[in-house]
Amino acid sequence: MRRRELLRLSAAAGLGLWLPRATRAAGSSAWPGRHLVLVQLDGGNDGLNTVVPFADPAYRRLRPRLGLSTDEVLRLDERLGLHSALEPLMTSWEKRDLAIALGVGYPEPNRSHFRSTDIVESGSGSETTLSEGWLTRLLADEPAPSSAIASGILLGGDRPGVLTGAPDPVALSRPQRLTRRAKRLEEPGDAPGGNPALAHLLGVQDRLRSAAGRVEALLGKAPAALSGFPRSRFATQLELAARLLGAGLDAPVLVARLGGFDTHANQAGTHRRLLGELAEGLAAFRASLIAQGTWDRVLVMTYSEFGRRAKENGSGGTDHGTAAPWLLMGGRVRGGLVGTQPSLIELDGGDLRHGLDFRRLHATAARGFFGLEAPSIDRRFRALDVLKV
Amino acid sequence: MSLVRSTWLHLMLVVLGVLLVRPEARAADVELVRHLLDRTGFEVDPDQLASLSRLPYEKAVDRLLAGVRTEAMTSAPASMSTKPPGPAERRRRSEEEQRRFRRERREMGLELKAWWLGEMIATDSPLTERMTLFWHGHFTSSLRKVKWAPALHRQNELLRRHALGNFGELLHALLRDPAMIAYLDNRTNRVGRPNENFARELMELFTLGEGHYSEDDVKEAARAFTGWTIDPRRARFRFVPDRHDYGEKTVLGVTGRLDGDDVVRILLAQPQTARHVTLKLWNELVSTPPPSRTLERIADRFRGSGYETSVLLREILLSSEFRSDTERGRRVRSPVDLVVGTLRLLDAWPEEPSPQVQRQAVRVLRDLGQDLFDPPNVKGWPGGTSWVSTTTLLARRGFLETALERSPSSLSSARARLAALPSSELERLVLPVPPTQELVRRDRVAALLLDPAHQLE
Repeated sequence: MRRRELLRLSAAAGLGLWLPRATRAAGSSAWPGRHLVLVQLDGGNDGLNTVVPFADPAYRRLRPRLGLSTDEVLRLDERLGLHSALEPLMTSWEKRDLAIALGVGYPEPNRSHFRSTDIVESGSGSETTLSEGWLTRLLADEPAPSSAIASGILLGGDRPGVLTGAPDPVALSRPQRLTRRAKRLEEPGDAPGGNPALAHLLGVQDRLRSAAGRVEALLGKAPAALSGFPRSRFATQLELAARLLGAGLDAPVLVARLGGFDTHANQAGTHRRLLGELAEGLAAFRASLIAQGTWDRVLVMTYSEFGRRAKENGSGGTDHGTAAPWLLMGGRVRGGLVGTQPSLIELDGGDLRHGLDFRRLHATAARGFFGLEAPSIDRRFRALDVLKV
Repeated sequence: MSLVRSTWLHLMLVVLGVLLVRPEARAADVELVRHLLDRTGFEVDPDQLASLSRLPYEKAVDRLLAGVRTEAMTSAPASMSTKPPGPAERRRRSEEEQRRFRRERREMGLELKAWWLGEMIATDSPLTERMTLFWHGHFTSSLRKVKWAPALHRQNELLRRHALGNFGELLHALLRDPAMIAYLDNRTNRVGRPNENFARELMELFTLGEGHYSEDDVKEAARAFTGWTIDPRRARFRFVPDRHDYGEKTVLGVTGRLDGDDVVRILLAQPQTARHVTLKLWNELVSTPPPSRTLERIADRFRGSGYETSVLLREILLSSEFRSDTERGRRVRSPVDLVVGTLRLLDAWPEEPSPQVQRQAVRVLRDLGQDLFDPPNVKGWPGGTSWVSTTTLLARRGFLETALERSPSSLSSARARLAALPSSELERLVLPVPPTQELVRRDRVAALLLDPAHQLE
């Protein structure tokens, strides 16, 4: 029986998706030693004020108060421009390693934060509920190298999100606390046979101890601080990521988080600050990775549960909407605009119609960037042509 | 009477005696009763363990199932009787007022979460709370979506009232529950524009389970629930005849001018509903899946009783799988069970917790992965071994260390009493299986609470 079949069978038998690492053949991992750095824009980022259709008269009509004037945008072409707060990303745009996927969404959009977050993070359609993150399923199809510290590093809090249900994402928002606490864990004794619950517990404890030890060792090799990073909480997450990557981290997935995008009222100032934080953090991350020579091994991808309504509301804000742009950056990214900007005339009940299904972005990371052909990545969703071969 | 004859007679009496006393009628094994209390409560109480161990096991189960509460022991926060603002009032609000309202609403949610946690710690009927929590995971609704805490508090009362009562009655009542209606978007379900969410989850999660109904059944059932909505001013159930679809519908082969209650009756008549609920509760109580004949037998008894949950629970607790030696300590304790059980064991929860303590406790449960009234999605908490990951293991450990630090023997008489127990008794109270680590600490209570075996039940 092939190993992959065995894995799937054991999952079907309720034994859990994961076999212990020891049963994997050493060095058999198909993961290529690259890293996906996801950036969650939590709360629903306003796509229309991120990538702005400044030349469209309908934009001014829908956004009389919130609309950005022509001199408040950084032109990408004759129709679209970036919010001026994203100015730090212009270097990346000019150096052609920033791609912007336009109008990303899914059919039958759900406007609940948590449900839509579940849909995007699990990679399901809006009609089905999957209990695992899309990367959890990918990692079940193709296990990470057995030498990896963890399958994923959560930089911005404990919520596993895209790695929901995976056994070993390590939350590293406070690495000192992790290593301090993990050091106090005793070395787990051998599990007496026949108790899967106890075996699981001791297994997790064992992984945690070794992960904490190796994180500490990695950080010991890395400089204590990197230059160029601003002092925001978001930039701190990316700075930690850069230190770990520079020191040779081997986890395939890192997840950072920037929250506060649920801008129902007085959006202008908040959104400007958030986009500024995002852009400054990403620009510093890019510069740092280029300097240490790891930029070619990294794909940065932003995501958000939904965009916001085309028309501003009465409180100087915007309500929950649908499609929005996602950003992709990295040494292998071929810069430019991808897809088409959703029409502001042909709205669907006041909402933008999506042009790109978000699962094509997942496929871009899985198939295009990692080169993994896995059953959990639906073949109906083609990878975007945004990567250099 | 000769000596020989009387000895013979004596022997006969002994044999007869042995034959008359069925094996189950003997006093139960202490370890088995410990297992029973562990899985049906939060921690093992030494007095209850002693008194139930004197009974035959079956009687011990019956004693446990009798005398359960149907109402909470502690009184709910005053804010739970707040009336919701009507639509007119909400429109009149300034932005500042709206912000204040949102803040107060969040506070109420926090109070509700802390209150239930406190109730579980204080209650003299832990089984009621465990079953209420089980139904909360089955019939999920979340504060994130519903937002109005008093509505979820009322739902919680409803779940508690029927926790060990009749499943059918609970189901009928829940479909009129404002929090449930809001959670599953039935407010906007009206004739001509049906919203299928409610009907879908009713079949997929609450009764039949996936694969036992068709998309047409969902569409038709959704029509039966049109007009079942909420009166926004009172946050109460309201039926709006104008929005109801009075046409003929066919659900699972039954045709008629069906309304919501008819659909529930049709679903309860399906043996698959009994099977689905039986399996769900079985998985809550037993780590190994039921043999199919056992599942059929128990589901039949459950349906035959008219869906009495106490009958179902009793059958599972008496099953040989539940009672088996190998079953002990084979389940990972849920975050609620670990937190409540530990705080009860150490008597470490103040009678009137400050807002700060409440906030901390709510945060602990969230970090451990079981935010009360905020299950991750409509499927509830996946549970089982998924409770323990590299993220939550450290949080569990951190909670135990803090709880131990804050209740030294000098302050906690419960802790002092535990520390004075002989080793074997202390071990039996705290752990379901022998410790996995050598006891290197001098403080035995701390050593046992921090042992991985304490995370099991």
